Amino acid sequence: MEYLSKLILLFISSALINNIVLSKTLAICPFLGVSKRVDTALGMGMAVTFVIAISSVITYIVHYAILVLLGIEYMQVIAFILVIATLVQLIEMIIQKTSPTLYSALGVYLPLITTNCAVLGVAIMNIQENYDLIQTLVNGIGVSLGFTLAIVLFAGIRERLELSDIPAHLQGVPIALITAGLMSVAFMGFQGLIK
Amino acid sequence: MKLREVFTNGIFKENPVFKLVIGMCPTIAVTTAAINGIGMGLATTFVLICSNLVISLLKDFIPEKIRIPSYIVIIATFVTMVGMIMEAYLPELYDNLGIFIPLIVVNCIILARAETFASKNPPIPSMVDGLGIGLGFTLSLTILGSIREILGSGTWFNMQVMSDSYEPALIMILPAGAFITLGILTGLINRFTTKVD
Repeated sequence: MEYLSKLILLFISSALINNIVLSKTLAICPFLGVSKRVDTALGMGMAVTFVIAISSVITYIVHYAILVLLGIEYMQVIAFILVIATLVQLIEMIIQKTSPTLYSALGVYLPLITTNCAVLGVAIMNIQENYDLIQTLVNGIGVSLGFTLAIVLFAGIRERLELSDIPAHLQGVPIALITAGLMSVAFMGFQGLIK
Repeated sequence: MKLREVFTNGIFKENPVFKLVIGMCPTIAVTTAAINGIGMGLATTFVLICSNLVISLLKDFIPEKIRIPSYIVIIATFVTMVGMIMEAYLPELYDNLGIFIPLIVVNCIILARAETFASKNPPIPSMVDGLGIGLGFTLSLTILGSIREILGSGTWFNMQVMSDSYEPALIMILPAGAFITLGILTGLINRFTTKVD
């Protein structure tokens, strides 16, 4: 029971309090790049959720079953990025076959999940924090749902921004960054959730 | 393109942070102090020069279909090296940059230069391109880090620059301050560089 409540706390903390984008400042590239429309943002969020959930479990197994066993932990970065790159390729093929609309919407950004630092970041953090396999999975899902929440909210705001009167030089990226800054302030409010 | 143009291109015309808006994660995350900005920038520059060189040398041997994984393995090798060197000689900086050292692997700047420049050009221009882009990145990170450190801690490169009566603005060293500062800076740069047209 105590373990279960620990898991729930971990989930809330990784999704809201330590939000991967707005508090840990990882995965900013897709956050800025794929957030012009709510539906593509949601698609990207789903794709990232899928990749992070699977990759965090597989990298966990790779770390403890291969790297630690052979005593080559220093190969961590190389091994993890290879696993992630392969996984992303696989997921790209699956989406291409099953949902052409989603594939055309996400287009160039799917291969870019490989260089989405959240995926590698979560994999490395799971090892650093000494999580067990279940905590790894919960943390992975929490982080990626936090990412989805942030990017969908952000896309909603940006859709409104398109229609507003913004000083010429702030249009596009600058106003998006300032908006992200204000969202980050808002997310700081979640810090009181867990003592 | 002449070597000099290749070099300045990365610093001004294709400045990764302010013009291309890539490599944002380390930009936002590590620039809480100017020294972190320089450290991150130079580490990235080293990886960029080495990976551009190796990729340019190997470009005829890497099959088209598996080029991205191949590039990433090459980049990951140099990142691992940088991590080990930093841990040995600059332990304090290594601790400050933390997880963002291994994450240089997934810095989109490096893969973008491999894909758009090193895979199409000879070794020497590729290295110069890596140097130019890397220094452009370092410069941007240092500027952002300086502003945030001065306003957020009242210091610059750990030297006290603000008077004692200055109350440091905590928000500047939080992620929120980074987003807002970078947004305003990009806006200002747009203001002064797009005036011509």
